[in-house]
Amino acid sequence: MAFFARAIRHSSPYLRSRAPPPPAVAASCRWISPTAAAGSPEAGAAVAPADPETPPPREPVGGARVELPSNPEDALEVFVDGHAVRIPKGFTVLQACEVAGVDIPRFCYHSRLSIAGNCRMCLVEVEKSPKPVASCAMPALPGMKIKTNTPVAKKAREGVMEFLLMNHPLDCPICDQGGECDLQDQSMAFGADRGRFTEMKRSVVDKNLGPLVKTVMTRCIQCTRCVRFASEVAGVQDLGMLGRGSGEEIGTYVEKLMTSELSGNVIDICPVGALTSKPFAFKARNWELKGTETIDVTDAVGSNIRVDSRGPEVMRIVPRLNEDINEEWISDKTRFCYDGLKRQRLNDPMIRGTDGRFKAVTWRDALAVVAEVLQQVKPEEITGVAGKLSDAESMMALKDFVNKMGSDKVLCEGNGPSPPADLRSNYLMNTSIAGLEKADVFLLVGTQPRVEAAMVNARIRKTVRATQAKVAYIGPPTDFNYDHEHLGTGPQTLVEIAEGRHPFCSTLQSAKNPVIIAGAGLFDREDQDALFSTIETVAKKFNVVRPDWNGLNVLLLHAAQAAALDLGLVANPTESIKSTKFLYLMGADDVDLDKVPDDAFVVYQGHHGDKAVYRANVILPSSAFSEKEGTYENTEGCTQWTIPAVPTVGDARDDWKILRALSEVAGAQLPYDSLSGVRDRISMVAPNLVHVDEREPCTISSEVKPPVKQQVSSTPFKTVVENFYMTDAITRASKIMAQCSATLLKK
Amino acid sequence: MLPPAARLAARRLLGLATSSASESAAARRLSRSPVSAPLPLLQMPLYLLAVRRRSFAVLISPSGGNVSLQISYAAAGCFSRLFSTALNYHLDSPENNPDMPWEFTEANMKKVNEILSHYPSNYKQSGIIPMLDLAQQQHGGWVPVAAMNAIAKIVEVAPIRVYEVATFYTMFNRTKVGKYHLLVCGTTPCMIRGSREIEEALLEHLGVKRNEVTSDGLFSVGEMECMGCCVNAPMIAVADYSKGSEGYTYNYYEDLTPKRVVEIVEMLKRGETPPRGTQHPERKNCGPAGGNTTLHADMRRQW
Repeated sequence: MAFFARAIRHSSPYLRSRAPPPPAVAASCRWISPTAAAGSPEAGAAVAPADPETPPPREPVGGARVELPSNPEDALEVFVDGHAVRIPKGFTVLQACEVAGVDIPRFCYHSRLSIAGNCRMCLVEVEKSPKPVASCAMPALPGMKIKTNTPVAKKAREGVMEFLLMNHPLDCPICDQGGECDLQDQSMAFGADRGRFTEMKRSVVDKNLGPLVKTVMTRCIQCTRCVRFASEVAGVQDLGMLGRGSGEEIGTYVEKLMTSELSGNVIDICPVGALTSKPFAFKARNWELKGTETIDVTDAVGSNIRVDSRGPEVMRIVPRLNEDINEEWISDKTRFCYDGLKRQRLNDPMIRGTDGRFKAVTWRDALAVVAEVLQQVKPEEITGVAGKLSDAESMMALKDFVNKMGSDKVLCEGNGPSPPADLRSNYLMNTSIAGLEKADVFLLVGTQPRVEAAMVNARIRKTVRATQAKVAYIGPPTDFNYDHEHLGTGPQTLVEIAEGRHPFCSTLQSAKNPVIIAGAGLFDREDQDALFSTIETVAKKFNVVRPDWNGLNVLLLHAAQAAALDLGLVANPTESIKSTKFLYLMGADDVDLDKVPDDAFVVYQGHHGDKAVYRANVILPSSAFSEKEGTYENTEGCTQWTIPAVPTVGDARDDWKILRALSEVAGAQLPYDSLSGVRDRISMVAPNLVHVDEREPCTISSEVKPPVKQQVSSTPFKTVVENFYMTDAITRASKIMAQCSATLLKK
Repeated sequence: MLPPAARLAARRLLGLATSSASESAAARRLSRSPVSAPLPLLQMPLYLLAVRRRSFAVLISPSGGNVSLQISYAAAGCFSRLFSTALNYHLDSPENNPDMPWEFTEANMKKVNEILSHYPSNYKQSGIIPMLDLAQQQHGGWVPVAAMNAIAKIVEVAPIRVYEVATFYTMFNRTKVGKYHLLVCGTTPCMIRGSREIEEALLEHLGVKRNEVTSDGLFSVGEMECMGCCVNAPMIAVADYSKGSEGYTYNYYEDLTPKRVVEIVEMLKRGETPPRGTQHPERKNCGPAGGNTTLHADMRRQW
């Protein structure tokens, strides 16, 4: 048959154009059919109303949960391929089909974006409807009889697919989307294996969207997902649909880079290879990659990611769905910091010689040198500093080790001189990230969520868009991608609100679910106790904390911060570093190294040759977050694990193992030899850190805090994150992040 | 260096390569595989390229070496012929760039406010199309990107939303046109009645190509699709931007001959106003030549 079809195709043009091949031939030309029976029209028709008495059980697509409204009047029943399903009112036909377990092919529809209805791929047949219906845009009505695998629906989709492929280049072999392309996959089910289109294919000039997103605009099928993502989720109105008809193209019209911190997500939502990752271009095929489901540590959000690796190399990072944290987006820093994992890595233990140069040594020698120095200093002169990327296990080991050596000077950078570690509610996002969606008024105090925690900012933006929630901001002038009211730059405004003198008070007063978010940058201020007490006064005054609603939040900056405060790494950095003789930096690069006394012995244990290495006397190489199992707690108090995706570099070891080994050499052996041992120890200090993937809210209110006598100063709040793209050792080592800083940051 | 297939494609576009039997046989053989990448270009029979030769202008990109870009340019050339006067993206030039100051004149600002008064205050963007039209009249027949930005500011939307509208509608010119923009109808009835000859006569007389402006800046010739004058085909529309938005006219000249259209151009050049409508001496509006041949009676009386 196939030979016959080919013969027809290569026969005279007359036959080809005038005589359509007999239907049987057309059917046999299909490679793969969505269902085995749908190949021929008769079989397809027979499948639909199978046996209404015993419909086989249907599960929603992807095992999704469907919550029916409590009021039965708000639910309705439709029939998908003869199976009755109950759905909430307001669902579209496509959503109804998904509840019934039927995956409708689609390009333009995306559950998190507005409905465009322009690709027409999701056509289904609805009984009594004269034409096939675009299911993504059609609301489901009671009793609707939807047929998804009838000859009409199939033919409609095949027609749409043929039109889409008409102008789509056949460059799958050189396309980075190949293997994970919606168009490729769906053309397997609905595409013809040959085209009837003999005209010239359209082609489109590629656009320059910056160092992250590569464009091959000829492949674009005009689904407008990227346009909708940019204007709805990312909040940058740069992309648009230009031109008309077959000359239509996506672009910015004027030369413009996409300056959004979420721009990388357009790579994921693009159903074809029009928008692909520039750093990942031509590096690997998706089927060669090993995916490891882990979490991100470049900020305090703990976005769920999948690290795709090939052999020992991290090839790319893509988001993982987590409705409570990052939904299905991640920030550009999370997505593109991975090349930092290959640069500036410390792979051998090293000792600085008398000539000031580092010399690679064995672990035995390095540990012996450190242990010897440890014996010579007084216990109170020992200081341990955990870095912003540290996991809970290593911080536990560091604290135990320093304490065992007789010192209590253990701290985590970024937590300020007197961290509010007594009550968990004082340093956590108590509303939870997903809970922000219920808020109707936001008061941001000294925090710029767009650069500090892009995913939290995306949530606030989502809320503002959905419910017109009001946002007020106190802090230095900064960029927001939603409407906001800039109340002031310093604590004075906050005091005015607390005293009820500010005009914004009326908005707060009338709010149902007000939210206050204080930035972790405030921890570094001298007057932080007074500030937080003022914030609590505001919270009390405007009923921000109620039994059913806790709107008082702190937005942390670093992945290690929450766990460090849970574990009690709370020494005062200014005092302890000034007087130290033995400084143990565990990945801490942002401590003020000028304050370290000249005669102090500095041990740097970390994975990157970053700032602190210049002052270090001994370097102990450790593994990065992509190479170890570690526990992290995000800003809302959700404990999550990283999973090793690639082997460590060179002779590096896990942080806690190095500390365990050092403690033995130094004669103060830590009482655990395995990860489970460390975790047992953690569970004694902070049991919430062993309940993985659970958010443990704080139950004690701030009422029990002692009164504060400090006065707020008039110093305005500072910008905490100057460069969104470079905040830690990994991102500072990344070439892509350097490119982003150079091209995308506003000067 | 270019991949061989792309090089061949580029050479074909440039008319350098000939199709040998072995090549096309190879192309056919390869084409059976459903995932053979750059083959559509190779598969394309040469006669098709020949047919479309006129619409192709293969440009060598300044950076060189990027064949896909060259081909894109070629296709873009093809579409600029089919659609409006410009590409779907903006290239900065001294007379058209976003840094250029641009605002509505005082008189036009009153019209802008009038336009805005038609719509609710939260739907200001509904005024984009009439404002673009006004800006086009004010700016001598075309809308620079600075004017689009000014409109975006007035209606309080992102500039891209205005760009989208301006690129969608082909009557918004985004490159310079002449003071008299002559639009030849190219749709079937006019084409059958000789619109191609009309256009050729215009282009030859003015010494320009389509969508080019004469050196004195007075005339440009474009193509439009059906303007609803099929009964008086062939026709052209003349948009007169010589007197700003106050004296702006948009007239149809119908029943044209190549000779008459040249006369009209000459009259416009002299500053005269040719009589609009049908140019047939014996026709009145769209009635038959020499008066009615039927329906002599007053039809109203019969009913």
